[in-house]
Amino acid sequence: MKIVVPLKLVPDLVEELEIAASGAELDTSFSRLLLNEFDEHALEQALLLKERSGAEVTALTAGIEGADEVLYNAAAKGADRLVKLSLDFPKSTNSHAMARLYGTAIRDLGPDLVLVGVQAHDSLDGPIGPMLAEVLGMPYVGYVAGLRLGDGCCVAKKEYPGGVTAEVELDLPAVLGIQAAEQPPRYVAISRVRLAMKEASLEQQVAPEPNPGGAAAVCRMYKPETGQRASMIEGDEGTVAGKLLEIFREQGLL
Amino acid sequence: MSYNTLKSLVVLLALLAALVVFGRRVYWLLWDNLRHGRPSGRFRQIGERLKGLLMFVAGQLRLFRLPAPGLAHFFIFWGFIILSLTILQAIVEGLAAWARPGIALPILGTFGPLALLQDLLAVLVAMAVIYGLYVRVAVNPERYKGSHKSQGVKVLAFILTIMVSLLMMNGARIALGEDPLQSWRPVSRAVASLFSVVGEGGQRAIGELAYWIHLSVVLIFLTELPGGKHFHIVTSVPAVFLRNLGPPGRLPPSEGVSTVEGFRWRQMLDFYTCSECGRCQDVCPAYASGSSLSPKTLMMSLRDNLMERGRSRRTAAGGNGAAIGAGVELAGEVLSEELLWACTTCLACDQECPLFIEHVAPIVDVRRYLVLEGRMDGLLQGALNNLGRYGNSFGQSERARPKWAQGIQPPIKDARREPVEYLWFVGDYASYNASVLEATRKAAQVFQRAGLDFGILYEAERNAGNDVRRVGEEGLFEMLAEQNLRALEKCSYRALITTDPHTYNALRHEYTLGADGRPPILHYSELLDQLISSGQLSLSRRLGHRVTYHDPCYLGRYNGVYAAPRRVIQATGCELVEMAHHHDRAVCCGAGGGRIWMKEAPLKERPSERRIREAVALEGVHGFVVACPKDLTMYQDAVKTTGHQDQLVVSDLIELVYQAL
Amino acid sequence: MGHEILIVAEHLRGQLRELSYTLAAAARAAARPDEDRTTAALLGHGVEGLANELDVDQLLYVEHPALEEFTSDAYSRVLAGLIEERRPRAVLFGDTTIGADVAGGLSMRLGLPLVSSCLSLRQAEGQIHFVSKVYAGKILAEGELPAPTALVAMIPGGYRPEQGRRTNPPALERVTPPALEGLRVRLKGYAEPEAGDVDISREAILVSVGRGIQRQENIELAQELAEALGGTVSGSRPVVDQGWLPSTRLVGKSGKTVKPKLYLALGISGAPEHAEGMSESELIIAVNTDPSAPIFGVARYGAQLDVLDLLPVLSEKVREAKAA
Repeated sequence: MKIVVPLKLVPDLVEELEIAASGAELDTSFSRLLLNEFDEHALEQALLLKERSGAEVTALTAGIEGADEVLYNAAAKGADRLVKLSLDFPKSTNSHAMARLYGTAIRDLGPDLVLVGVQAHDSLDGPIGPMLAEVLGMPYVGYVAGLRLGDGCCVAKKEYPGGVTAEVELDLPAVLGIQAAEQPPRYVAISRVRLAMKEASLEQQVAPEPNPGGAAAVCRMYKPETGQRASMIEGDEGTVAGKLLEIFREQGLL
Repeated sequence: MSYNTLKSLVVLLALLAALVVFGRRVYWLLWDNLRHGRPSGRFRQIGERLKGLLMFVAGQLRLFRLPAPGLAHFFIFWGFIILSLTILQAIVEGLAAWARPGIALPILGTFGPLALLQDLLAVLVAMAVIYGLYVRVAVNPERYKGSHKSQGVKVLAFILTIMVSLLMMNGARIALGEDPLQSWRPVSRAVASLFSVVGEGGQRAIGELAYWIHLSVVLIFLTELPGGKHFHIVTSVPAVFLRNLGPPGRLPPSEGVSTVEGFRWRQMLDFYTCSECGRCQDVCPAYASGSSLSPKTLMMSLRDNLMERGRSRRTAAGGNGAAIGAGVELAGEVLSEELLWACTTCLACDQECPLFIEHVAPIVDVRRYLVLEGRMDGLLQGALNNLGRYGNSFGQSERARPKWAQGIQPPIKDARREPVEYLWFVGDYASYNASVLEATRKAAQVFQRAGLDFGILYEAERNAGNDVRRVGEEGLFEMLAEQNLRALEKCSYRALITTDPHTYNALRHEYTLGADGRPPILHYSELLDQLISSGQLSLSRRLGHRVTYHDPCYLGRYNGVYAAPRRVIQATGCELVEMAHHHDRAVCCGAGGGRIWMKEAPLKERPSERRIREAVALEGVHGFVVACPKDLTMYQDAVKTTGHQDQLVVSDLIELVYQAL
Repeated sequence: MGHEILIVAEHLRGQLRELSYTLAAAARAAARPDEDRTTAALLGHGVEGLANELDVDQLLYVEHPALEEFTSDAYSRVLAGLIEERRPRAVLFGDTTIGADVAGGLSMRLGLPLVSSCLSLRQAEGQIHFVSKVYAGKILAEGELPAPTALVAMIPGGYRPEQGRRTNPPALERVTPPALEGLRVRLKGYAEPEAGDVDISREAILVSVGRGIQRQENIELAQELAEALGGTVSGSRPVVDQGWLPSTRLVGKSGKTVKPKLYLALGISGAPEHAEGMSESELIIAVNTDPSAPIFGVARYGAQLDVLDLLPVLSEKVREAKAA
């Protein structure tokens, strides 16, 4: 059983986001990248399957700043193979381009299962999962929060609104968009990561020029205007609580 | 066969049997078990160590922290040492009975004053033992909860029996007129007078009966000694001699301990040395708040586990010392995970222990293993992830660290760019935590008013890593230390100052700054003390508040800084009233050891709330002064949750100084 | 020559999902009046009456037993055929656990561009403009939908569902589906959420907590306020994922959509997945220490405070006021 987990780095939203001079994209000079939270869950789910039924887990990512760290982290957690797609990536590559790049690389790995995060906050042109499935010719189910393997198939717990879930069976090989792993992503001690840096090997694969076709051009990016925002109540908790009480009274909520 | 010949034979056999049992157990427990532990390095500073034996074993100094039990134990200890000669006397007498009954030890058996001393000591020891029994049975204090009470009572009864039988033996001999030193034994004479009602035959019978009781109890005690709470009789001298002379603020490295054999043999010696006295349990904040952690039962569990594994190893594979499987898991079963994470590393236990047993270090050793296995609660995991990524536990950007300094005029110097006299390592809580920022700003203003040449590292500062180390994440600690050292290397400064005692401890003991002649590291209370006494900082107001001061664990117990903050408080014209627990007995706020990053355990009472109640009990005291940013937030919260906002105001030492400017 | 704006109606377990009306409203906004027509594709089994209130010009009903419940494989095949044949100007999907499963694949398969997380569409001078939320709702992106055909995945919040409703049913055309054999995705069954808990979508007052509540123990503070106000506690994804609240209390994309009289968003950042579940509440008040949190974009009133400081004070004041 071979599982591949493509990992994507996205801008860390802890920093204040700034729009670039062009007005149509993010200013990336101060931004730094971190692993997409949902991809972390996908990796965790893969590792859980490995622990339960013995599988080979390959972590794969595109060679941008921070990629090595993400891969070594994955190795320290238990990933068996690390693949880095090296290419001079332009800072922003859209999901369509990434799906095509991952697709070529993943096809060669011949996996039974591809687990990817169900969404990422920088994907204006849609999440990677369904596109990747199309490139690989595999079925796709997203919003998966539980997974078990069967014979030549897998059964995913798919989430619907309102707390409803469904059991969906897919023929393998398949691509799944993970919403949440069955267990929160595990902690890996830094000493283990440092050990992985010394011992694990990164397989480099040269990736072809990315083809970003499939996205719409953005004319303008902006922060939601203050005019559209809430009227802020100033003061400490006592003052604010007092004002809120007035509002509740006005609305007949008391 | 005559009685005396029989006596010699029985004594010989009994003695041999007892020595064999004792010897074997000591061999198994001290040699065989300990040799499976990790190496413990060289022990230097022999002079200092001998001095320690003098003060703490001979002088029993730490025992007097509880005056009455301390006194009782002092007598039992010295009584036993001096009276051991009478035991020797009894054995020699027994062995030689077939040839020379009634033999006395040369010199020691004929020295009058010694006989007097022994007589008096026998009474004092008996009184001390009766006091001990009274405490154990009638008072039954909290600190004995979890100890083997029956073992304690039994041994006290043994000692009492040994004393009484000794006096009876002496008394019988005096009654028979066979004691040349009888004038030196007033107590024994009094006992002898009791026997006058009985005829000579009866007196001899009493004497012999007392002898056999005396000898048997001694030999039984001897055989039961190893592995129980009284093993400290044997192990206390090596334990105190080999105690850690290094600063407690420097944790020894280890790979993490998953089975008891992962400990250093010196640590294993500690497990045996615990006498179950419970003084540590009484001062443990985790225990007081209802956690399953007690430093005493921790030692007992480790001791039992060590002995059990030794037994298994010896019975498995024909006892040739082959390795055994995991058995009951150390982390998780022998010691529950709740227990292992409950420790605040406040060091009250290590401070209190009369035998210098280290309780905190083994906990950290097992935590290191838990961290490697990723076994921790989600909140701690989040905090460690944030520390690794952003260098602070709050998950905020490094760029937000110096935000507190915005608006301070003149702007604080950037120590990365220009040389400064004092490099101020601010610390995480003082930089990021909203309720502490005001105190940090005031500190900057006070430093400016004193004309101090100081600077900060701005965004280059990272968490110093003190509590990261205590949580067991060694790799993360190393990474943070590397980052901080890289930043510090480029700076030019004469001394380091900090407002956070945890940072203070890490910089002072866990970092290697400069080859030798490391720069002085000052807590701001020490700095303020210097500035005030030299006149560089003058306080124009006398505040006249009645306040109490809480000694932070990492400033007080760990680094002995008690006087400086108090002098500063007095210099502001405040009247200082000490709480019942102060100086090295101060009670931890509960935030240390990474606990502030962890899920709060279901508690009886929060340590911080307990402390506030202690302060509120002081008459006329309205101010609670702290010198640590974590203490500031913890106690501000505790004052609210205990509903004492109107009675007690929690403020940082710097706020007092600021007010008094 | 007029274009077609096609929407993909969503239904789950025999109910048309409300977002379908939002899609209809968006389609109208994107259509040039009197030139373009709006169409809805309804795939299912025995559900032709389900879309009778949808405000579209035409309803394409695709009937097949394999389409009874949504599965990505079956729906993709049908929609691929429909889109290729009809070549609409735009295809609107819900950016949901249904629509998002197929939109991307169709984009790749048919070589058509996709715009996701879209809030609204409008037509101007023959172009269709979109506004989408990116970076967890902190940034808005605008652009034009590329011609000749573009796929759009829409989130709620840009239109009120009533705007997509009408009383007279649209004209119905039956479409024969392609053969649907060898489907690789099969639905085995649904599982109900935990029973016996409150239905937050029926509550008038919700005290909702997010990461800002910091610890499980602090949920109690929110409970106290909820009790004082006569409401219920709900939460965002991080709180439910940690197990601090049951999944029945989840507000958002994978949880419930709620429209209470009062929605107190405490320590919630307001990322789109959450916002879409509560943005239609009558009165939204948000408390967060981060002034740039997207929640302040949907709230009417806000305060930059630590919720842990505010909660006890507010609960006390409410109790006092009610006692008086």
